[in-house]
Amino acid sequence: MVNYFKLIALGLITFFAMIAANYARDLAYMVHALLIAGVSFGLFIWVLRGVGTKVVHPQDEYMDDVIRFGVIATAFWGVVGFLAGVFIAFQLAFPVLNFDWAQGYANFGRLRPLHTSAVIFAFGGNALLATSFYVVQRTSAARLWGGNLAWFVFWGYQLFIVLAATGYLLGGTQSKEYAEPEWYVDLWLTVVWVAYLAVFLGTVIKRKEPHIYVANWFFLAFIVTVAMLHLVNNMTIPVSIFGSKSVIVWAGVQDAMVQWWYGHNAVGFFLTAGFLGMMYYFIPKQAERPVFSYKLSIIHFWALIFLYIWAGPHHLHYTALPDWASTLGMVFSIVLWMPSWGGMINGLMTLSGAWDKLRTDPVIRMMVISVGFYGMSTFEGPMMSIRAVNSLSHYTDWTIGHVHSGALGWNGMITFGALYFLVPVLWKRERLYSLQLVSWHFWLATIGIVLYAASMWVTGIMEGLMWREVDANGFLVNSFADTVAAKFPMYVVRGLGGVMFLAGSIIMCFNLWMTVRKAPAKEASLTVAVPAE
Amino acid sequence: MSKAPKKFDNDPSTTGHEWDGIEEFNNPLPRWWLWVFYATIVWGIGYTIAYPAWPGISNATAGVMGWSTRAIIAADLKEAEDKLAPINAKLEAAELTEIASDPELGPYAVSAGSAVFKTWCAQCHGSGAAGAKGYPNLLDNDWLWGGDIEAIYTTISHGIRNEDDDDARYSEMPAFGELLEKEEIDQVVNFVMSLSGEAPDPSLVAAGAVVYEDNCSACHMEDGTGDREQGAPNLVDAIWLYGGDYDTLKETVTYSRYGVMPPWSRDASSAGRLTEAQVRAVSAYVHQLGGGE
Repeated sequence: MVNYFKLIALGLITFFAMIAANYARDLAYMVHALLIAGVSFGLFIWVLRGVGTKVVHPQDEYMDDVIRFGVIATAFWGVVGFLAGVFIAFQLAFPVLNFDWAQGYANFGRLRPLHTSAVIFAFGGNALLATSFYVVQRTSAARLWGGNLAWFVFWGYQLFIVLAATGYLLGGTQSKEYAEPEWYVDLWLTVVWVAYLAVFLGTVIKRKEPHIYVANWFFLAFIVTVAMLHLVNNMTIPVSIFGSKSVIVWAGVQDAMVQWWYGHNAVGFFLTAGFLGMMYYFIPKQAERPVFSYKLSIIHFWALIFLYIWAGPHHLHYTALPDWASTLGMVFSIVLWMPSWGGMINGLMTLSGAWDKLRTDPVIRMMVISVGFYGMSTFEGPMMSIRAVNSLSHYTDWTIGHVHSGALGWNGMITFGALYFLVPVLWKRERLYSLQLVSWHFWLATIGIVLYAASMWVTGIMEGLMWREVDANGFLVNSFADTVAAKFPMYVVRGLGGVMFLAGSIIMCFNLWMTVRKAPAKEASLTVAVPAE
Repeated sequence: MSKAPKKFDNDPSTTGHEWDGIEEFNNPLPRWWLWVFYATIVWGIGYTIAYPAWPGISNATAGVMGWSTRAIIAADLKEAEDKLAPINAKLEAAELTEIASDPELGPYAVSAGSAVFKTWCAQCHGSGAAGAKGYPNLLDNDWLWGGDIEAIYTTISHGIRNEDDDDARYSEMPAFGELLEKEEIDQVVNFVMSLSGEAPDPSLVAAGAVVYEDNCSACHMEDGTGDREQGAPNLVDAIWLYGGDYDTLKETVTYSRYGVMPPWSRDASSAGRLTEAQVRAVSAYVHQLGGGE
């Protein structure tokens, strides 16, 4: 019976998507309508062929297939995102790479959101989906709630990524940083995200453990807050239901404030809270030691989620934003320093009693350096939110360097650590194919990040100082183009750092592939849901 | 199931819960962490009392320090303006031709003009003033509308071919594609190229000279040296604004060119952005770059 409803729904979607493609007012919308028509028609055929067959899911087993897909998607989108980043880094150093024949599709302006969305939402998002589904099952001793809903979340999210990425290349963007996808893509993500919340929360509710593990608090805070941010920052009215263009309901400085409330909490809840959830599971597992302090985890969790949400105005110092909002943004950012470091302390101190593993286990080394980069960026961030510092750092490459020491160092490295942990478990292997390759990955990535961050500190502070340099009469000394020309050598260094980071991730993909193919199989299975206590 | 975590005799107690093999120690909050956290909170409260911070219904607390970014920038601007007011007044009163030799005004005008140039002019003419295709090089001694200080001042004040300033410099070359046959354009391009170098097809030069005489010499002069009164470029000096190769010249003759520069003087046009002192300063700056007459 359900299948018949599915067939009717998919048939209608295909039909209306074809109509939309016919009436499309712009290229991005037309391509997306055709894409949706194609996907729903494919699903229609797939459901049709499956009518009448009954699939029984064993309820006492963990649902790991979707996590395996998530792991593959994470690695795949990671390489895509890093590659795009390396390419646009060299576009900045060598503008000739903005090829004439690709103008309007593959110039820097089109590829930059492709890079940021690919690494944050495609790589980071799939890492969060896969690890949260894994962690919530293990720490709740329960199979994912909602049957195939988890599959809908996974494939629905991939569709969101493809719609977003192709939209950028074709010019479909609402021009809000990190919220570029247009209105229909936003609506689709909302549907997927509500399903994600349902699967996660449903699993927590039916858990067989008496308490909810700390990692799940962080994952839940991430899912709920991102839903709220997404809805408020994407309040747009489409110009036409047959076009991708829409107009935001917020105006002027309110729009700027909503945008950076969203933008900063994308960092705070997507890239911090969610990834702390990963950290709280994979570090104690890999170190085989208890978490350092339960009390610290409680206090820093509530302090972090309470304070982060107010820190956004520090992106708008010295703008049309009223001074009072700017002050509050700065104060909350600085008070946020210790709550952020609570996660670092809990991660690092979990290793006390297992420090020797740093010598022998490159995977734990990766996790530790990720927590180290987390600590560094969460100190640098509050410092840069201080108005006096911000007056130098704002609009410079220092900001870019800060973002990347967090994104490559913290998010990237903890994700790599989690992937190295998950692949042998999910594919039932004794061990990884090669620890030596993990070491290579570790050093390539670490040196790459150091090159990236250091070169951006140099250019950022240099251009900040050049912009404000005045002569004895108070006149500006440098033109903007002078500062651009002066940055060239550091842009090349940054590009090389990116190449090293990308090379490390390709080595990882090879290593994980060979783990699945070649590493010895493990007999005992971990897939049966049994409470630990 | 999972590996039991390693424990040591001196480990603290745990909370007694376990998830997939993970336990949690009962360690207290690190003291230093707690005290720094408290310190930032206390500092935060103090800071929000000192500075504008807490919003009310229609306004926000102003802070006991009376600090305001808008007041600070207004004061900074006023201070700079007051400081430079006397010398700017002198600059505005001076004869244009005497600015460069004045020991006080000369260096001042160049430094002020350099800042104006880097802010407003560098986008088209380049930060080194070497120009680009369609944007004249200001370093050489080839001038479309004149290279003495007064001509430069007039060009900057009113701009070229814009619709904002009635006194803008104006001239318009016809699009000869509508007036001449294709062969004639081919001939005249060969002739023009022969003036400063070699024609790709020397056999056409003689015929081109006739076409030039009939159609071009009124503005570009019989000898091809151009006319600054009309902004008609000199064609014999091998300096080209859009390019001196065959294809570019053919395009120029066929479709014409229509380069525009905005008016900069606030006094001359509502579209102007610069004060009289700034226009004079940037004129002096451009004049001393190398080609000034």
